[in-house]
Amino acid sequence: MFHIENVKVNGIIEIDHLSIEANKVTCIIGKSGSGKSTFLRLLNHLISPNEGNIYFKGKNLSEMDPVQLRRYITMVPQTPVIFDGTVRDNLQIGQKLSGQRVSTDEELDRCLHQLDLHKTLAAQAGELSGGEKQRLALARAMLLDAEVFLLDEPSSALDHTTASKVIHAFVDFIKATNKTLIMITHDLALAQELADTMIDMNRFSKSVVAGGVSK
Amino acid sequence: MNESSAMDLTLWQLLFAYVFIVILWVIVRVKRIPREKIIIISTLRMTVQLILVGYLLMVVFEQPHPIITLIIVLFMLGFAIYNVYKRASVTISLSIKKTIGLAMFLGIVISLIYFLFVVLQLDPWYDPQFFIPIGGMIIGNAMTGITLGVNQLLIGIKEQREKVEGALMLGATPKDASDSIINQAFDSAMLPTINSMVGMGIVFLPGMMTGQIIAGASPVSAVKYQIAIMLGVAGTVSITVVIFLHLAYKTFFNHRAQLKPFNE
Ligand SMILES: Nc1ncnc2c1ncn2[C@@H]1O[C@H](COP(=O)(O)OP(=O)(O)O)[C@@H](O)[C@H]1O
Ligand SMILES: [Mg+2]
Repeated sequence: MFHIENVKVNGIIEIDHLSIEANKVTCIIGKSGSGKSTFLRLLNHLISPNEGNIYFKGKNLSEMDPVQLRRYITMVPQTPVIFDGTVRDNLQIGQKLSGQRVSTDEELDRCLHQLDLHKTLAAQAGELSGGEKQRLALARAMLLDAEVFLLDEPSSALDHTTASKVIHAFVDFIKATNKTLIMITHDLALAQELADTMIDMNRFSKSVVAGGVSK
Repeated sequence: MNESSAMDLTLWQLLFAYVFIVILWVIVRVKRIPREKIIIISTLRMTVQLILVGYLLMVVFEQPHPIITLIIVLFMLGFAIYNVYKRASVTISLSIKKTIGLAMFLGIVISLIYFLFVVLQLDPWYDPQFFIPIGGMIIGNAMTGITLGVNQLLIGIKEQREKVEGALMLGATPKDASDSIINQAFDSAMLPTINSMVGMGIVFLPGMMTGQIIAGASPVSAVKYQIAIMLGVAGTVSITVVIFLHLAYKTFFNHRAQLKPFNE
């Protein structure tokens, strides 16, 4: 699905060859600062490499319509982005921005419960805790008609039990709908359990100095 | 103009007004506030600049000429654009500067043409006695509004980068991703104009109206001009700011719909 050829992001990462398969769960691990987030941003076409090419389904990313591309390949950033308004507004804004049909309250509620988030749709999103915001951002992504989901440390603000529950639920959703998941995580045990493939970003990193601390 | 009712100040009367500055100067001296020099300089500058402008306008009014009138108005416009650059709270890129200049030029020229030809219907169209002061007022007030719009847009894009990128990740177009920032900027540009319309006549009497009344015009006729000017200002600010915002947000993105790094 993704083919990465001789990609360089100056001073951060350098990847000769790397392929990521469709309909699989790929986990990215690596030291803090090794370029994991940078790598996901490349795949989401939020940044372009200084050298080299990234192909998605055989097409060069830089030749595709970037907005349409991000509707296929969506991303949830490390720090969840919460927009003004209620939980409902925040769930629906993704669908509106990507030109999709907006879900009913029933569908939204079901999605929240899947991710173990028990909040009313009318609650103010800005007042949620960090962990709740993170789950809200994940739920928002789940409601999109995307094919590829890029998650940047999706459970960093969750306790271990909730993290495991939420990530399992997300992976179940990916498997059930035959989508592709590429996820950065620091939870090695969870990665080993769920991942079909693992990518160790340290291999490609130009930014980590020897002896850098692993988060 | 009704000469007899316009009271001309004698030189002595004008000099008495300078007593206010003398008082201010004495106060800062006694309180040892280090502002003595700037008070003298600004008083002198105001005096010299206004006297020069007075004589310049007198010459221009005596021999009305379309080119000279246009040059004066364009000079004010150029100065206003320069002032917006200077008053920006964040450093602005060259592309934003170009956008500001273009938007102000278009917005103000469009509004002035409509205002002078359709609303005022001057004869001749370049009658400097109207064209110059009204042009100046519209340009000056628009400048204040646009400065606020520019500042709010730049602060918005600086502080809400993550939100804009978050919207892009969800498949938003650059326009949709910047929409809330654009609206906030429009709002803060328009707010002072809207507030001053609400308070007009109750909280304060605007300078132009006061001036006309002192000069002997009937209050009703002064009010009519003031209403027209207020509407003209509101229109000019909104046209200019809309043009600016819809060109400016594009400079934050590259052709790949990526948010450009901060320093461009
Ligand atoms: N926009 C940027 N400009 C310059 N350097 C950056 C930028 N974003 C990240 N970096 C640097 O790239 C390296 C990798 O960052 P990142 O991809 O966030 O790592 P990780 O997600 O693995 O912790 C870090 O050294 C970081 O400082
Ligand atoms: Mg990261």
